[in-house]
Amino acid sequence: MKKLIQALAAVLIVSFALLYIVSGLNSSQGYTSGNTLTIFNWGDYIDADLVKKFEQETGIKVIYETFDSNEAMMTKIEQGGTAYDIAVPSEYAIEKMKEEDLLLPVDHSKIPNLKYIDQRFMDLPFDPGNEYSIPYFWGTVGILYNTDILGDKKITSWNDLWDPELKNQILLIDGAREVMGMGLNSLHYSLNDKNKDHLTEAKEKLDGLTPNIKAIVGDEIRMLMENDEAGIGVVWSGTAQELMWEKDNLEYVVPEEGSNLWFDNMVIPKTAKNPEAAHQFMNFILDPENAAQNTEYVGYSTPNKEALKYMDEETTTDERFYPDEELTARLEVYENLGKKMLAYYNELYLEFKMHKK
Amino acid sequence: MRTNSRNFYLIPYVLWIALFVVTPLLLVLYYSFFDIEGHFTLENYRKFFTPVYLKMTLSSFWYAFLITLFSLLIAYPTAYLLTKTKHKQLWLLLIILPSWINLLLKAYAFLGIFGTYGAANSFLEALGIGGRQILFTDFSFIFVSVYIFLPFMILPIFNSLDELNPTLLDASNDLGGSSWVTFKRVIFPLTLDGVKAGCQIVFIPALSLFMLTRLIAGNRVITLGTAIEQHFLVTQDWGMGSTIAVFLIIAMVFIMVLTGRRKRGIL
Repeated sequence: MKKLIQALAAVLIVSFALLYIVSGLNSSQGYTSGNTLTIFNWGDYIDADLVKKFEQETGIKVIYETFDSNEAMMTKIEQGGTAYDIAVPSEYAIEKMKEEDLLLPVDHSKIPNLKYIDQRFMDLPFDPGNEYSIPYFWGTVGILYNTDILGDKKITSWNDLWDPELKNQILLIDGAREVMGMGLNSLHYSLNDKNKDHLTEAKEKLDGLTPNIKAIVGDEIRMLMENDEAGIGVVWSGTAQELMWEKDNLEYVVPEEGSNLWFDNMVIPKTAKNPEAAHQFMNFILDPENAAQNTEYVGYSTPNKEALKYMDEETTTDERFYPDEELTARLEVYENLGKKMLAYYNELYLEFKMHKK
Repeated sequence: MRTNSRNFYLIPYVLWIALFVVTPLLLVLYYSFFDIEGHFTLENYRKFFTPVYLKMTLSSFWYAFLITLFSLLIAYPTAYLLTKTKHKQLWLLLIILPSWINLLLKAYAFLGIFGTYGAANSFLEALGIGGRQILFTDFSFIFVSVYIFLPFMILPIFNSLDELNPTLLDASNDLGGSSWVTFKRVIFPLTLDGVKAGCQIVFIPALSLFMLTRLIAGNRVITLGTAIEQHFLVTQDWGMGSTIAVFLIIAMVFIMVLTGRRKRGIL
């Protein structure tokens, strides 16, 4: 009995001592509660030098964490284990987070650099008046193909992928909406179609693609395409851009039937401890020079009109990554389908994945 | 007083079991009765018996069975040879060593090795067989899984072989048993407990593998684990995810009973 109490006491003392040391270490490095900014972003989605620059300019310490899907990010914010000051969800996730009252409004007066954002990317249906979110990057979903492997074959549309000659050549990104959207688009339906007959039709069409599919993977797709592992990858535009900077034998195309247009915006979650610093960071990122530097690192398309001037002209005039209004008109933004419909999409997607060759 | 203090010592243990074993199980069971909109329903259980999930269950069991079978086929002779070597502890350590490395890291390594231009294919080319697709096939999936689970199969078998009383082998020999008969009638029955334990440790986690199905099998193999992951992280249909988990747990209990140790009275 006595021993047990002694042991318990020892454990408690050690724990408190450790806590004390941790807080001591944190404050010695400047990590005090009023002086930190916790950012929650997609993996590999910012130039780390910019974070350092921000820390130097403002004296605010940045804690940086990453996620790999909107859903995982939302689950973590809802649970509230860590208080994030900035998160970077995609448009349909912003809509959902707004509905669930997870966001704080953004004070535009604290972000003077907002004026540099192209009006095309402001006041979009998922967040009217940009009350809760500030544009970070945008892009498309398209087809990345390897000219060494495919030879003279030209890929211009989703339907080209069904070509029997492409047996075992296609890598897909593991996302229900991306893959189902591809099926829907190839039949000229909307990406946000809620008609169950259309969805079943799209799923059956996708089943017919299985002989051509080599694998359905996550972020590894980048590495696999880089190693010439497959002739075709269905990817987000930024992945394509980044790879094309490194390799000359890759081409990217936004399919002519239409595709997904997406936006990742910065938001301030309700649990934020330092909204002041969050605004400062947003303003910092929107600074044209910083935005240009970030874009050249990340590879996605920047909504910042002024930043384009600081960038390579070859990049900014590239129709595939900065499509004109005519092409953008054919692209669709994901709408929040509602839980039930999303579950239905996922069910069909799961059935498609189980379809044997 | 004595029983009192003994009960007192039980507190941490009971707390641990209650918090980290019983509560999660109950939560899983509880969630399985709710649909995506939070209404009480048995729909999830009905859905589990539709062809999609039944097929998935079958394929999970099939792959888990193959993984266990191949692990056993490789592990038994290995363990047997290990007991015959001079520095068995050292060899054992070398075999167990890879299991200290994170599973994901090993999976990524295999992505490189099995790739079109990876080491495995260059080896095949050099042999004159010619390159072929290895990654994203059933073969690569089972190979990598067996590689990962192998140490867990070897250990219990090694232990039971090591504990084997050598006089029994001598006895068998003296009575005219050939080495095959000795193996069949003496060694194998006496190490059956190790084999059962090994199969249990391999089969159960193999049922719910999920990262490997994407990394190594490129989602060409869909197991119950994959479906649970998708339901929790993407669909956020926790009800259906939990229902699948309930069936997995039932399957695991069933396997535990089936391969349970029966104490036998030999030495």
